[in-house]
Amino acid sequence: MLTISIMIACGMVLIALILNSWRLVVGPNTPDRIIAVDTMYINSIALILLLGMYRGSPLYFEGALLIALLGFISTSAFCKYLLRGDIVE
Amino acid sequence: MPFWIEVIASALLLLGAFFMLLGSIGLVRLPDFFTRLHAPTKATTLGIGATLLASLLMFTYQTGEFGIKELLITMFLFITAPVAAHLLAKAALHHRVTVLGDEKTQQRIVQARKQAPPVDEPLDTKVD
Repeated sequence: MLTISIMIACGMVLIALILNSWRLVVGPNTPDRIIAVDTMYINSIALILLLGMYRGSPLYFEGALLIALLGFISTSAFCKYLLRGDIVE
Repeated sequence: MPFWIEVIASALLLLGAFFMLLGSIGLVRLPDFFTRLHAPTKATTLGIGATLLASLLMFTYQTGEFGIKELLITMFLFITAPVAAHLLAKAALHHRVTVLGDEKTQQRIVQARKQAPPVDEPLDTKVD
């Protein structure tokens, strides 16, 4: 039962990733694209967690933690660049 | 693995995946940037929280020790998602994205664009 649930959840997250990629391509202006990337890294964390649950090994959480850290830092760097024209003043 | 852990973990997984899908549907369907900002930053965060709770249940039963890494990822995401949303809204104000709404909303947007950041005066130039 848990395996079937993991498969269904993987399918739903995959559809969510496809919709985010559509917004990333079509988005009318730059902040829309930044939102799309921000949502895509959160969905990637969910996919890594689902892979870890499917394999039954807790080795994948370090990768999820790294993606969470670097995704937030990249989003804040994008916004800082849009606001100021420079990241480190 | 006992049956009730499987039931609770499956329900949490399906709930989390449903909320993540809902956030992405909102990101596609909503008409305006500032309404689009609402969908992923709340629904997707709830979805990833439910998924992390399910994996915490499963690995706590499997390994016999409390999973501190899942709690760490959850706390980090719940703290950083509002900060990222605020930064994005501030960047979009200065980029003059199109805002839908009536006259009052347009006036508020113009007023918010005029607000300058607070300037820190150096201490030695103050004259009492």
